[in-house]
Amino acid sequence: MAVADTEFRAASETLLAPRAPRRKANAGQIARWLLLFAGGILMVAPIAYMISTSLKWPHEIYDLALIPDEPHLENYVYVLEDGRFYGWFINSIIIATITTVSNVIFDSLVGYTLCKFRFPGRYIVFIAILSTLMIPTEMLVIPWYLMSQSLGWLDSYWGIMFPGLMTAFGTFLMKQFFETVPDDFIEAARIDGLNELQIWWTVAMPLVRPALAALAIFVFLGNWTAFIWPLIVTNSVEMYTLPVGLSSFGDEADVQWELIMTGAAISTIPTLVVFLIFQRFIIRGVVMAGLKG
Amino acid sequence: MYRSLSVRHKHIVWAWAFLAIPVAFYVVIRFYPTANAMLISFQDWNLLGDRTWTGWKNYEKLWSDPVFWKVFRNTFVYLLIGTPVSLVVAFAIAYHLDKLRFMHGFLRMLYFLPFMTSAVAMAWVWRWFYQPVPIGLINNFLSTLGIPQVEFLRSTTLALPSILAPAVWAGLGFQVIIFMAGLRAIPGSYYEAARIDGVSAWTILWEITIPLLKPTIVFIVVFSSIGFLRIFDHVFNMTTGDPGGPLNSTKPLVLMIYQTAFTDYSMGYAAAQTVVLFLILLIVSLVQLRILRDR
Amino acid sequence: MPVTLGNQFKSAALGAAAAIALSAGAATAEVEIEYWQYFFEARVNAMDQLILNFEAANPDIKVNMTTFPYADYRTKVAAAIPAGEGPDVVQLFYGWLNDYVAAKLIQPLPSDPFSPSMIEEEFFPMVAAMREGDNYWALPTAVRSLALFYNERLFDEAGIEGPPETLDEMVEIAKKLTMTDDAGNITQVGITAGMTAQDHHWFREVLVRQFGGDPYLDDYQTVNYNSEAGVMAAEFYTGLANVHKVTAFGFMDEPQAAFKAGRAGMHIDGSFRIGALNKTRGLKWGVAELPANSEGMKSNYSSYWVNAITTKAEGEKYDAAVKFMQYVTSDEAMQIWLDVVGELPAKPSVGLTEANSNDAVFGPFIRGLAYANTTKFANESAQRQILIDMVQRIDLEGQSAADSIAVAAEAEQTLLDEYYN
Repeated sequence: MAVADTEFRAASETLLAPRAPRRKANAGQIARWLLLFAGGILMVAPIAYMISTSLKWPHEIYDLALIPDEPHLENYVYVLEDGRFYGWFINSIIIATITTVSNVIFDSLVGYTLCKFRFPGRYIVFIAILSTLMIPTEMLVIPWYLMSQSLGWLDSYWGIMFPGLMTAFGTFLMKQFFETVPDDFIEAARIDGLNELQIWWTVAMPLVRPALAALAIFVFLGNWTAFIWPLIVTNSVEMYTLPVGLSSFGDEADVQWELIMTGAAISTIPTLVVFLIFQRFIIRGVVMAGLKG
Repeated sequence: MYRSLSVRHKHIVWAWAFLAIPVAFYVVIRFYPTANAMLISFQDWNLLGDRTWTGWKNYEKLWSDPVFWKVFRNTFVYLLIGTPVSLVVAFAIAYHLDKLRFMHGFLRMLYFLPFMTSAVAMAWVWRWFYQPVPIGLINNFLSTLGIPQVEFLRSTTLALPSILAPAVWAGLGFQVIIFMAGLRAIPGSYYEAARIDGVSAWTILWEITIPLLKPTIVFIVVFSSIGFLRIFDHVFNMTTGDPGGPLNSTKPLVLMIYQTAFTDYSMGYAAAQTVVLFLILLIVSLVQLRILRDR
Repeated sequence: MPVTLGNQFKSAALGAAAAIALSAGAATAEVEIEYWQYFFEARVNAMDQLILNFEAANPDIKVNMTTFPYADYRTKVAAAIPAGEGPDVVQLFYGWLNDYVAAKLIQPLPSDPFSPSMIEEEFFPMVAAMREGDNYWALPTAVRSLALFYNERLFDEAGIEGPPETLDEMVEIAKKLTMTDDAGNITQVGITAGMTAQDHHWFREVLVRQFGGDPYLDDYQTVNYNSEAGVMAAEFYTGLANVHKVTAFGFMDEPQAAFKAGRAGMHIDGSFRIGALNKTRGLKWGVAELPANSEGMKSNYSSYWVNAITTKAEGEKYDAAVKFMQYVTSDEAMQIWLDVVGELPAKPSVGLTEANSNDAVFGPFIRGLAYANTTKFANESAQRQILIDMVQRIDLEGQSAADSIAVAAEAEQTLLDEYYN
């Protein structure tokens, strides 16, 4: 509780519209800008090479030139013309969206409960949920598969998404955010005669809307790129998610890097869109989680 | 019935009502498979055949496996270099970016973009930067300056830092944003007072900015520590031909687990490694939670 | 050559499409069986064609093929089959077969029509690895072997007549093909090198034998390359980079990438690479048999993917699976597989036809089959890793070949002992 709520708000607002004090452009400021700009260019250089490779022919991919000799869009045409691409894209959108909604609801419900209720077993539940962050997914894949098989979940949307419907990361994040909601608000709502479900949904949730947006982006990103479980649980090409589908551009004898780069470039677009829409909320969300500790 | 309960008991009922579905979910989807993994760590199982009970054999094998100790060391090198380096670099960028106005949003975007792009594609690009001539960007540059070649990924000493660099790079933008948020949250009045007293910028940084940023710093330390202890994607994708680098010089624990499970199909041995990783993470996290509380 | 193959491939695909159109209205099938293999475009096309032909001949059977990405095929199959979720007929790498047999996940082929005597008469000898007792467990449609790919343009530029026939010639030619920049860095290798690719097979089954050794004893259960021959083979192999300086380990990241990019004069690789090289624009390449040693002794390594019937197939599905197995191991299927995929027929009756064994591209591989050995791996990737490390200890840490070979042999023996108990 080192920093007061008003300061969070001030912080997030200043970030939305940067208000660094206007200074005269002196030599120091110019040098600082140039250094940061150079650093920023270094940061995006690998991404530039990704895009550059997606515009190259196969025999050019080892060229060092950032600008291809004969840039072309054939790789994009090839990837997009593959009729299966749209199906994979839609599958990924559906799965990432449903999983995101589920996380937003359940992680916040659990986070809220752990934060605002005093009940026996609270600490145990918290530590137990947190401990699930410490097991690598790879080890859970086989038990999940056997479970899905006996319950008939293989090769279905439900099968792909059930492991990610709730996450410890989101629960922990939301618990931290609900700490910033003053208990007085909740007490006031109780006196007004709202039941606990209504209080959570109509009082507490709107107060952490930025956090929900941040969580939504993290969950969406995570599910958008998930690979190993969707691969194991799907059987038919129609059920593949985008990363699984794109992996078929590499085969035993030949990895078609220009196509993989193209696929990576295309699949960055939805995450970029989601990010650009919600980035203001990410920043606000992070401000609050970061400083509450 | 419900009406007759005290407020405290009503809370308990509500709490468990809210938790019922999630707790069932975690028990079935997370704890059961985890318990299963712990059980498997005492068994011999190649995924295809029957499981046979072997007692502590997998753990004994782990204890006497030189690769495991190498990997154990690597995992902590990732943690002990990666966390402070990314902390300092991210802070430096955020500190200076915070003082700029011109094209601020654009610069911030440049630093955040790597966080969003596909790890597989990016690992390949980095791998390609590190190659010797004629295809390696960095070595080509060095060679035009007449500097001898640097065998980044094929060196037993340089390979680990060479892989750590893109891992730090990918997470940097996220940390920069958190730091900037922390910096903006420091009330301007502190700085005004310092300026009136004629204190140097350096003293302001050390006496005001950094102490007030401590909660942010702790947050970043905790999250990046978990990240570096579980590093996998970058190592795996940058060393696919020889997973874990020359003579295992870059192999972290999660990669060892993955290989033991899915190229050797020694599920029991992999499970034992998972239990060890679990304990390491648990200890590190508990220590960090303690630090958080001491704040 | 590449052009012809492309045309054949195209006509095959057109034929398949036409056949799909024709058969769409055919009578409904009575038995459906499931077939799994990994995704590789040409293999999928070839199998589509085989399935069409098979279904035309057996209108009461329908075969559904499912494919998975290559990189994770093994994990996928290993998760699905024990769970009873898998196919009736499955394609497996020969090296995995032991585990599937031990776990009772596949069933032996019936001795009628797959009698061992028939198989041993008709197939190349290395399929004998699939026999246990009176039964065969699985059979390949196609096999692979190694050969020396060479870049014709670079050969012409260096004024080299043709590919080397012996190891010494190979080194001499490689010297002429190696190019360095002003700082002495290699910019073009005479021959590619990298245990991460196919070289570990070349080392085990070819070089060790050519230097007078026998890499394994007791049906591949005892490591035997910790010998004078093994040390000489390791010295020869690492000497390509360290003594003759005609290559660099890790040059251009992957050997095949260097060859595809025209930065390597010679490259040892498997027949499965032909398709990828055919697609590479602007690359003129040829193939030759692997170089012999100074006494003219040749050796080769052969591997294959096999088709097997899982224990899931019972009753009429089992009968249908047997019929399907019979068709995919027929001469006709093998010729289609060669034409469409470019993989070598598993039977001399198809492989050693005049046309096939003298083919400019397939010929050297097919001739290599006659003297090829097939390593029985307990864990191919772990055994490969041991040889990768062996070379790296010499190359990066300056260990002597003798010491490094001894360490490798010990590590591999431990691994084999653990596997065979």
